[in-house]
Amino acid sequence: MKPGKFAKIITLIVLVFFYLPIFIVVLFSFNSEKSPEWTGFSLRWYEKLFTSSAHIWRTFANSMIVGLSASAISVILGTFGAVALYLGAKKFKKIIWTTTYIPFIVPDIIIGVSLLVFFTTIHLRLSLLTVFIAHVTFSIPYTMMIIFTRLQDFDKSIIEASYDLGATKLIALRKVIIPIALPGIIAAFFMAFTLSIDDFVITFFVAGPSSTTLPLQIFSMVRFGISPVINAISTLLLVGTVSISVLLRKYVRYII
Amino acid sequence: MKKSFLKVSGYEKYGLIYLFWLLLFFLVPVFVILAYSFLTRNYQGGVEFRFSLQGYKDIVNPNYLVIFLRTIILSFISSVLSIVIAIPVAYQMAFSKWKNLLLLLVIVPFWTNSLIRIYAWIFILGNNGLVNQFLIKLGFVESYVKFIYNNFAVVLVLVYTYLPFAILPLYSSIERLEKHIFEAAMDLGCTKRQVFFKVLLPNIRQGIVSSFVFVFIPSIGTYAVPELVGGKNSRLIGNEIARLLTTAKNWPAAAAISSILLSITIVAVLVFMYGGEKREAR
Repeated sequence: MKPGKFAKIITLIVLVFFYLPIFIVVLFSFNSEKSPEWTGFSLRWYEKLFTSSAHIWRTFANSMIVGLSASAISVILGTFGAVALYLGAKKFKKIIWTTTYIPFIVPDIIIGVSLLVFFTTIHLRLSLLTVFIAHVTFSIPYTMMIIFTRLQDFDKSIIEASYDLGATKLIALRKVIIPIALPGIIAAFFMAFTLSIDDFVITFFVAGPSSTTLPLQIFSMVRFGISPVINAISTLLLVGTVSISVLLRKYVRYII
Repeated sequence: MKKSFLKVSGYEKYGLIYLFWLLLFFLVPVFVILAYSFLTRNYQGGVEFRFSLQGYKDIVNPNYLVIFLRTIILSFISSVLSIVIAIPVAYQMAFSKWKNLLLLLVIVPFWTNSLIRIYAWIFILGNNGLVNQFLIKLGFVESYVKFIYNNFAVVLVLVYTYLPFAILPLYSSIERLEKHIFEAAMDLGCTKRQVFFKVLLPNIRQGIVSSFVFVFIPSIGTYAVPELVGGKNSRLIGNEIARLLTTAKNWPAAAAISSILLSITIVAVLVFMYGGEKREAR
């Protein structure tokens, strides 16, 4: 049964609902006055962002450092987990599945609070390191699942074939498994990076005063109310997200 | 066969590194928090390692009951609303010629920073926001209308934030269906209504369960949404946990609330998943 008019209209409304608020935020980043009333085109808020907002850029640098390093490690750990799940013994698979599923059903705030309590208990000072550990922790169930989904599409007999041709386990991993998994690994890296750059609530609990990330900075700015500088940051972040997702669109299907 | 199994199983040691990380930084901390809920409060923050039930006693009062109920109700409303909106959208997407484009259009908001998406609503509906500015300028109202800073705004923004989470699992479960079943049902004399309730819904039960879980879990633990667009009467569990940890410095009580929140989440997920499976079997 083809969808009727009703489904079409709802879909249209939902797309407007998704994009209109974002569009308005972007539009008003180019407004010449502070108030949300169109007064003319100007780039002054971008100028302000680029010339006199060093503190914002510091938090952006922190976000990039954590995002890139945490995604790299999550992808490596995720690959290890996925390979073990793909090729391991049955009992072991069950343990990996269960351990991977639990974090999905635990609200982020619990992960944040429990890591804060944990770091305090072992006397680890809150810093970029604790933020990094937290980000790897919430990313690896995702990276593992994405890479595993990709591996699952392949018949295990290719790996057995590589043994028959004289490959060791390490060679099989390097020359057969990782190349097969590569699109999944790229998608997983992108997913982990997005989760890391986006995360607010977990970072809120585990970041120290010197390890503020961009979302924490945006949060404290939003608290003070409307400011076109936030609109400008939002626009730049959006441009970043959209261009990466268009660039990597062929890997999108591995994510869902 | 046996030979290849032995070779293959050696990969488990790679998996151990993955498991070790989750054990150390996820499972252990969750148990530490359970332990903290039974310890004594240190007024500087943190705990003293003496057994106490004060953390639970501190939160057994009507205020917290209200906060818990409010959190559960608002999260439930947001989840149900998201599913109701997501079903027609997912259905349309699954049948559309522009599947990939629509998929991308649903995913991009989900990849957009969530604080920006909250800010967008403050920008539009806030007291100094776009709509108020417009209304005041046209002389419809004297001073601003309070559109947000209430429970309505919390639900609106939760649905806005998590709707993609509801659409995606529903889309993939409708996409997997054999599309002819709908025509078959029509040929056998079903009305459109019957097709929807007796053919579509039972066949996408798993998708509905996933959508519910994906919206309910982040909603029940939300902190930023009520903090930024909620009012005096929309404090949720998340805000209370943060307050107890930071300003009130009552870590055992924060740990106790977190433990209860975790239990509620697990029970909700189990009930919903079990309910979904049981009906499927019928």
